[in-house]
Amino acid sequence: MMQDFAVSLVFIGYALAVLLLFGTVLTWVERKQAAIMSDRIGANRAYVRIPFTQIKLVWWGLFHGLADGLKMMLKEDFRPNSYDRFAYALAPWVVFTPVLLVFSVIPFGGALVPAKLFQSLPSLAAWFGDRTYSMQVARVDAGLLVVFAFGGLTIIGAMLAGWSSSNKFSLLGALRAGSQMISYELIMGLTVLGLILIYGTVDLNAIVQQQSGVLLGFLPAWGVVVQPFAATLFLAAAIAENKRIPFDLPEAESELIAGYYTEYSAMKMGLFMFAEFIEIAIIGALFTTLFLGGYNLPFMTDDGFVLPGNHVVAIGHPAIVAIQLVVFLVKVLLMSSFQILIRWTLPRFRWDQLLTFAWKFMFPLAVANLTVTAVIVWALHG
Amino acid sequence: MKPYARKQYWNEPTMSWWERAYLPEILRGLGITGGVFLKNMGRWMSFRKGALTTYYPEETRADYAAGNRGKHVLTQRPDGRPQCIACNMCATVCPAKVIEIEAAFDPDDPAHPKYPVRFEIDYSRCIFCGLCVEACPEDAIRMVKEVPNLPTHDREKLWLSLDELLTWNPQSDVAKPYPAKAPADKAGGSS
Repeated sequence: MMQDFAVSLVFIGYALAVLLLFGTVLTWVERKQAAIMSDRIGANRAYVRIPFTQIKLVWWGLFHGLADGLKMMLKEDFRPNSYDRFAYALAPWVVFTPVLLVFSVIPFGGALVPAKLFQSLPSLAAWFGDRTYSMQVARVDAGLLVVFAFGGLTIIGAMLAGWSSSNKFSLLGALRAGSQMISYELIMGLTVLGLILIYGTVDLNAIVQQQSGVLLGFLPAWGVVVQPFAATLFLAAAIAENKRIPFDLPEAESELIAGYYTEYSAMKMGLFMFAEFIEIAIIGALFTTLFLGGYNLPFMTDDGFVLPGNHVVAIGHPAIVAIQLVVFLVKVLLMSSFQILIRWTLPRFRWDQLLTFAWKFMFPLAVANLTVTAVIVWALHG
Repeated sequence: MKPYARKQYWNEPTMSWWERAYLPEILRGLGITGGVFLKNMGRWMSFRKGALTTYYPEETRADYAAGNRGKHVLTQRPDGRPQCIACNMCATVCPAKVIEIEAAFDPDDPAHPKYPVRFEIDYSRCIFCGLCVEACPEDAIRMVKEVPNLPTHDREKLWLSLDELLTWNPQSDVAKPYPAKAPADKAGGSS
């Protein structure tokens, strides 16, 4: 019992650390990547001076995230004279918390056997016995449903923020956010349905394990290989769900100042921004889990590699755990970077184009994809 | 009411079905931006510069124009005193009114009895038009190409005074032999 508790604490700490680190680092990645894409140098002035010396650590502007956080903390927390102060204060947290909670069901590693990990410490290994843990905060059978349940909660936060701000721009932004997120969440759900049909489960860990197989003798059975169409649609819908360019209509600054968080300042506004950046990582993690083989390299299982032609390469358990943790982080970082690439490439939609795109373009495609998948699965498995 | 009919231009762009399929063109755009990113990143990784911008003020552009109007300098007589005769013509012509001169009388130098004890330029307002240089009858004020040490966070530091402006000490000058070959006893004789 105590063992489970200790391992859970470690997992929760790891998940929180990863998310907050991603939230901070992605602000830097976004700045630097945008700069490099447009032949600029990028933010590089913030530094930390080692006390009592003149050594200034610049580290390619990595400390700009810290400076931003500090600025957000120290700014005046201006409140509009709105009639619903409670909802106003609550809204950033309603946006921020579900984003963190989504990560709880995403597996960031395969099976963990502490006894094998602590072989050099026999007492610790004996304490753990033959317990096995899957590396995720909460092993929920309905993992994918939990993701969508919590993902839907952020709409409420955006609507609350816009409604309680007593500001027309905020209200318009909130209405836009609400309709946009509902539209695109539907498409996200539809695209994922195809995967559920193929894998026959909504348990994210089982989905990842099924992806370590081989297709047609040489292809890794990743979701992006079996459902390339759904992967594209899912990524587009997920970016729209996160309200980033080219889908950032709810906060289009040339039309609505800052949309539903126009009236927010200091750390409350910072929470909205932070939630957005963490959601980039969450989308990356979700896409990795569903379509890119999760924490596994191609042909990799919890015991080692099974290369095409049944060449088995066994790897020790600590090495496997390390590889899986690193691979997951690298995949998430690459996906986040790709989202930033999209954000700095495409211009913003018009509002009617946005909804037309969702309902007349992506929705039929998603339904068609689902139908074809269903027919093929039925034909293959009866 | 009739719906608004959009005007058709003679050069209205037409899109092929390939372009209207949206996704291929998006991928092409991502390819372009991603290519630029990878190219610049490769340059940075191999210790070259992958940006067009200048890391100012540590680095200045190599292609500054030869006649670029930068920071002012006061030319000096061979003995190091300013060539300025405090006639106030530059301060008068200055459209931004940034030059302040306080003149004083020097009985020891009958050729140039008037000299500046205070000569200050407020660079927070200077527009670098160069009219002061043109107005000067004594070739006492000039502008160099660069603006060394001017960028600052503090507005007070943009008031440059006489000693700062007299730091210019060239070894040769196209306008005249400079510093003058004249021996020290003729110091202050000719301009």
